[in-house]
Amino acid sequence: MTEKLVIVGNGMAPGRMLEHLFETAPDRFEVTIFNAEPRVNYDRIMLSPVLSGEKSFDDIVIHGDGWYVKNGVTLYKGHRVVAIDRAAKTVTSDQGVTQAYDRLVIATGSTPFIPPVPGKDLPGVLAYRDLDDVEAMILAAQSRAKAVVIGGGLLGLEAAAGLRAQGLDVTVLHLMPTLMERQLDPAAGYLLQKALEKRGIEVITNANTKQILGQDKVEGVELADGRVIPATLVVMAVGIRPSSGLAKETGLEVGRGILVDAHMRTSDPAILALGECVEVDGRVYGLVAPLYQMAEVAARTLAGVDGAGFKHSDTPTKLKVTGIDLYSVGDFAEGADREEIVLRDASAGVYKRLVVKDNKVLGAVLYGETADGGWFSDLMKKGTDIAEMRDTLIFGQSYQGGSPLDPMAAVAALGDDAEICGCNGVCKGKITSTITAKGLTSLDEVRSHTKASASCGTCTGLVEQLMSLTLGEAFNPNAVKPMCACTTLSHGDVRRLIQAKALKSIPAVMQELEWKTSCGCAKCRPALNYYLLADWPGEYQDDKQSRFINERVHANIQKDGTYSVVPRMWGGMTSAKELRAIADVVEKYDIPAVKCTGGQRIDMLGVKKEDLPAVWADLNAAGMVSGAAYAKGLRTVKTCVGTDWCRFGTQDSTGLGVKLEKFMWGSWTPAKLKMAVSGCPRNCAEATCKDIGVICVDSGYDIHFAGAAGLDIHGTQVLCHVDTEGEAIEVIAALTQLYREQGHYLERIYKWLKRVGMESIRAAVVDDLEKRRAYYDRFVYSQRFAQVDPWAERAQGRTASHEFKPMADLTIPFREAAE
Amino acid sequence: MSQPSALPLRFLAIGRISDIPRRGARCVNAPFGRIAVFRTADDRVFATEDRCPHKGGPLSQGIVHDGRVTCPLHSQVIALDTGRVQGPDEGQVRTFPVRLAPDGETIEIGLDPADLAASVPQAAE
Ligand code: SRM
Ligand SMILES: Cc1cc2nc3c(=O)[nH]c(=O)nc-3n(C[C@H](O)[C@H](O)[C@H](O)COP(=O)(O)OP(=O)(O)OC[C@H]3O[C@@H](n4cnc5c(N)ncnc54)[C@H](O)[C@@H]3O)c2cc1C
Ligand code: SF4
Ligand code: FES
Repeated sequence: MTEKLVIVGNGMAPGRMLEHLFETAPDRFEVTIFNAEPRVNYDRIMLSPVLSGEKSFDDIVIHGDGWYVKNGVTLYKGHRVVAIDRAAKTVTSDQGVTQAYDRLVIATGSTPFIPPVPGKDLPGVLAYRDLDDVEAMILAAQSRAKAVVIGGGLLGLEAAAGLRAQGLDVTVLHLMPTLMERQLDPAAGYLLQKALEKRGIEVITNANTKQILGQDKVEGVELADGRVIPATLVVMAVGIRPSSGLAKETGLEVGRGILVDAHMRTSDPAILALGECVEVDGRVYGLVAPLYQMAEVAARTLAGVDGAGFKHSDTPTKLKVTGIDLYSVGDFAEGADREEIVLRDASAGVYKRLVVKDNKVLGAVLYGETADGGWFSDLMKKGTDIAEMRDTLIFGQSYQGGSPLDPMAAVAALGDDAEICGCNGVCKGKITSTITAKGLTSLDEVRSHTKASASCGTCTGLVEQLMSLTLGEAFNPNAVKPMCACTTLSHGDVRRLIQAKALKSIPAVMQELEWKTSCGCAKCRPALNYYLLADWPGEYQDDKQSRFINERVHANIQKDGTYSVVPRMWGGMTSAKELRAIADVVEKYDIPAVKCTGGQRIDMLGVKKEDLPAVWADLNAAGMVSGAAYAKGLRTVKTCVGTDWCRFGTQDSTGLGVKLEKFMWGSWTPAKLKMAVSGCPRNCAEATCKDIGVICVDSGYDIHFAGAAGLDIHGTQVLCHVDTEGEAIEVIAALTQLYREQGHYLERIYKWLKRVGMESIRAAVVDDLEKRRAYYDRFVYSQRFAQVDPWAERAQGRTASHEFKPMADLTIPFREAAE
Repeated sequence: MSQPSALPLRFLAIGRISDIPRRGARCVNAPFGRIAVFRTADDRVFATEDRCPHKGGPLSQGIVHDGRVTCPLHSQVIALDTGRVQGPDEGQVRTFPVRLAPDGETIEIGLDPADLAASVPQAAE
């Protein structure tokens, strides 16, 4: 009979435990999980890349909804367990659900510690623990907040870097004289501080927070020495406390955390606990590697399988801030009986320090160059005698015997039990044997089969090297994804070669780049047509036959082969005259459906193909042009009523939207381009989920981009703030042009940003005025060839209209004959 | 649509090859529905029923490439000579023989007299 297993908390530790449990005892338990967070299990470690915009929430989900269904797990999302009745063996959630258990697992994680300073409860004071915190920070970032992060440890610095990447001014307040003092020695802490300051993050050390200022929201932070740092957002990252309150109320034994033995058993035999909420052998933990070890142990305990208990080992610390390499492991305090080996290279910003005692490594701090971290950690764990290599030890593994500085040789030299992935405790032998046994060829496969590099990802390079060692030629980490089956070249290669070789027609591209098919396919031809058009404006003639039907006939094909027609309504504004023309057209051509679109304009659906030219002619006559609702090009510019009417409007948002649409219509882009302008941060035009959005504020215009709300949902990121309407238009056109020149076909702006990075985009269209101008000018130039209304062309018969009529009608004579 | 009979085909002129753009298509109304007539990059001409075997998409509106057409609705690819949907999808569309008249310009399409006799009027007309 299955037993009822109930789990309180759905974090990383119990998630991993269930994976082990389903492997060893798949049918033993009927599992129910209560999670205070209203979501599935995700990789909490990766919240920082989500905050900085490098990843989306979907990228960091560990178990999607399907996993729970597949494994028959009931997950109560957004249910906080408020009571455990150990006598009745039930738990009860704050939503009133009571569930009986045979075995209970408590995995409530930690709670951020909020120091008891005045003002800590003001709106705008956040912790950094879960997705809600991240979302709140990203939201704050959109209104150009100024942030103060209290706490210069791992979490605080990741928060600071993420907020900075979102465009905020950030100040870090740290109580101690150097940053991350628990993991770094002062020298490394100093280098880290310099690196952060170089990115524009202000760091104040020895900063003792006295209070948070503000009436009904945060306005600043006051230090004990009287200094005041203005802020609209305060992130508290001073530490965490095991969440053991529920266990304590239930009467379980609790120390700093819930007390468990080496097999994760609490003082009640029916109840286990694991994760950050427990204390085991006098220690509590805050990194996942030991928690994953607990997960294995707890699964064994539940399954009734014998095995080793939990054993402490040091976990290396890495900071996940792109571009800052630091690594520390073990104990690196100074001491009379300890020696240290130090290497500094000031110009390269490298600092390495090893602490050695009795010819054994005790600890290591590496800054700037961290490739040997794993090796040092390995020496430390094994207690290897380093006497022989003492002189060259600090230069790393590649100096020991093998050919110097060959990273491949270094990885090859590692023993099979050398740990590669610290987060998941995966060693070299496990990775290489799984690659061979399962015939794995891609990084993703290795991730899913071994879990190596599947958490924080800092060991990805090592895993790739192992893959090359194991697979040889067969593994190519940079394997390009070809555009389609007609070529081996990727979109990026093709774009580059079109420019480098000045290829100006589809046949030229296919010839010079050795296409494998005679005339391409429905995937590559539209892409090539776009690249040529974007790179050689005025020189390249659009190839109509390489466009999707919608773009060939300037209307959207419907499931029954009829079309829908959407005229432009500049910035969503219309008039009696336009509405009358639409009404007339609908009646005259017997159009079956008229609908308001999600883009602030009107769609006429069900138009017969033969009628299209006449419909356009009538709409043209009323001054309307094609809305390009079908185009990989500018679609709509949504606006709100702005200063014209709204009591909150700060700028003429409608006017700016109309100007943008009139200036930019007709432009082709790699994928569709949707814009919006909102008159104030209330954002009624929904500008923060558009490809490009503008939020008007008192002091000017915040330019946002890289939002989406279709297959993926992404809030925008702030590109920059400008003071005038003219500048806003210039930046937006330059940004669009940069995207036109770099984007891969069908790659929307948010994907392009993800690929090329915020820095390069800002550098081109924000920081360097000359560059911005050049992109703007190129956009303006290309518009000379693009702003031709296709409807007018067709309606006036300037291009062949025959395609709208059948070439022959065989029905008439034969109908007669049959009668 | 009626089943093909054993009667000899009747070839009917439907227009000139220059009426169809290269890598393009036009359609012809027939008593049993629409026929799509395709012209490839190398001036071969094919005719199929203008209804995708998947969900009836108008094949004449697709992109023509390499003796194939990609349906505009859900991108299934159909070989113009055999009418077969290319793997991994399945299905087949009816094809019609096509020839050029001695003038080298006029396209003639071969239809079964039984098809022509069917006097089902076109819904879309
Ligand atoms: C008409 C409209 C729905 C409506 O009745 O409101 C519409 C209709 C279609 N949308 Fe949309 N979308 C419409 C607004 C939207 C919006 C909302 C918006 O723009 O504010 C979105 C989400 C915002 C976004 O794009 O991020 C939207 C996200 C999509 C997507 C997903 C795109 C993505 O990259 O994730 C597709 C699929 C695609 O483009 O590949 C799509 C595709 C389509 C297509 C073109 C499907 C197709 O290929 O046939 C539909 C054409 C129907 C037709 O014949 O007119 N439509 N579509 C809206 C036209 C707006 C306009 O005035 O131009
Ligand atoms: C921003 C950030 C970055 C990090 N980076 C790293 C890193 O680089 N490397 C590393 O090793 N570690 C890192 N960590 C730490 C790591 O994420 C944690 O150690 C790990 O997630 C803890 O797992 P857990 O299962 O114990 O608890 P959690 O993942 O915290 O899960 C506990 C869950 O229980 C829920 N819960 C609490 N009480 C109840 C209740 N009464 N009823 C129901 N549900 C409840 C909570 O809502 C929460 O969802 C980071 C943490 C954060 C926040
Ligand atoms: S959501 Fe868009 S694509 Fe989907 S059915 Fe509606 S209009 Fe079509
Ligand atoms: S109708 Fe042709 S692919 Fe679906």
